[in-house]
Amino acid sequence: MSGATALRDPATAALDVVVEAGDGWAGVIPAGGVLRIVDLHGNQAADTLFYDAHDHENRYDAQLTLARNGAIYLTTGSVLYSSEGDELLRIVDDTCGRHDTLGGACSRESNVVRYGGHVRDMHACRDTFTRLALEQGMEKRDLTSNVNFFMNVPVTPAGELTFADGISAPGKHVELEMARDVLVLISNCPQLNNPCNAYDPTPIRLLSWPPS
Amino acid sequence: MSALLTRALPGGATAALVVRPGRALRITAQEDGANVAALLVRADAPSERYSMADTLKAQFVAYLTAGNALYSDMGRVLMSITRDDCGWHDPLSPLPSDADVSARYGVRTYQQARNEMHRSARRQLVVELSKQGLGRRDVPPAIHFFSKVASDDAGRLRFVPGNSAAGDAVELRAELPTLVLLHAGQHPLDPAEEYAPRAVSLELVAVPPAPADDPVRRFRPENERGLAASEEALI
Repeated sequence: MSGATALRDPATAALDVVVEAGDGWAGVIPAGGVLRIVDLHGNQAADTLFYDAHDHENRYDAQLTLARNGAIYLTTGSVLYSSEGDELLRIVDDTCGRHDTLGGACSRESNVVRYGGHVRDMHACRDTFTRLALEQGMEKRDLTSNVNFFMNVPVTPAGELTFADGISAPGKHVELEMARDVLVLISNCPQLNNPCNAYDPTPIRLLSWPPS
Repeated sequence: MSALLTRALPGGATAALVVRPGRALRITAQEDGANVAALLVRADAPSERYSMADTLKAQFVAYLTAGNALYSDMGRVLMSITRDDCGWHDPLSPLPSDADVSARYGVRTYQQARNEMHRSARRQLVVELSKQGLGRRDVPPAIHFFSKVASDDAGRLRFVPGNSAAGDAVELRAELPTLVLLHAGQHPLDPAEEYAPRAVSLELVAVPPAPADDPVRRFRPENERGLAASEEALI
């Protein structure tokens, strides 16, 4: 599958944008289209939500995705499912090797729980997601458990969850092939309190190609 | 402690109840191998609901037991697990849908079997959410009480049978008014081929507020802050 990457030339991409640290992006990738997310500087978390573009109530379901893949991490070959049991997309290439869907997105409220009241006013992913959702005619209730591309959250056989050093690196990427028209919301995480990004959020690059 | 309310939840059945601060919900397995799928929503502010991610990352766990807090998506604790006889409850797995139940156990309709028909957790719980003015958009991640799903070093998930026995109980203390939606149905990763949902019983009991040395509060500093946020919301 990774061989396909060589065929996709950035010069032919329909979309080629850089999303700065702490910013967001929303767009529809059509069925058969491919979205590549590039971790430009390494160990960034690209927090991502997916919706059926024609029925936003049919959205990415992290629990169903874990159960149907029988695996706790996402990588090449993983299929991402919706709450109605439909295939939304498939990871067709992954030079990072492991992505998280348990850790969720940071919020100002959960930052207070995790780090204390002094971080209450720091910018956070769920404010970005809520803004993007509002622009798409949705609201906070439509935000579900997301995917954290490039994030490494190991779970031990004893059930402990850890936030380990990232296994991503500058230029690593993941490619997603859509099984239907999919609305993608991305919050490029602004977290300043977590060592997994060396306390330094960095930009990501998005490229997409139409159905071949 | 005598119960304020007792209710049977037969296999395949669904319940919706509001548990208020000062009360705990005790769920007791009536048979070996029970499983109860649960959804939690803040009763007085339904846009606030259980967050799998915030619950797991605040406590660095991928399973739930006594001492754990069940967090909302707004940095508050909805409920705390104050008693657990089986040691592992699964916060990772989805609600089985009608299609999942039919694929696993075959189709058994009301016309064929009356109330012994096959039912799915997702269908039943979306109906219960709808009675509260909520819907498909409002389905939070599920917790599967009494079931264990562990991952190996490669991250492969495995259902571990025999995690609970008849008589095992779990007790959930409300920290905020919480709408609890329950379905007594089989776990989606349970390999059993026969449709055989197990019965549990439900009791509401009166409990004191979490003291300063409460095991949930002391589990991690995060829980101290989460419980303080819930207490602040009740001022």
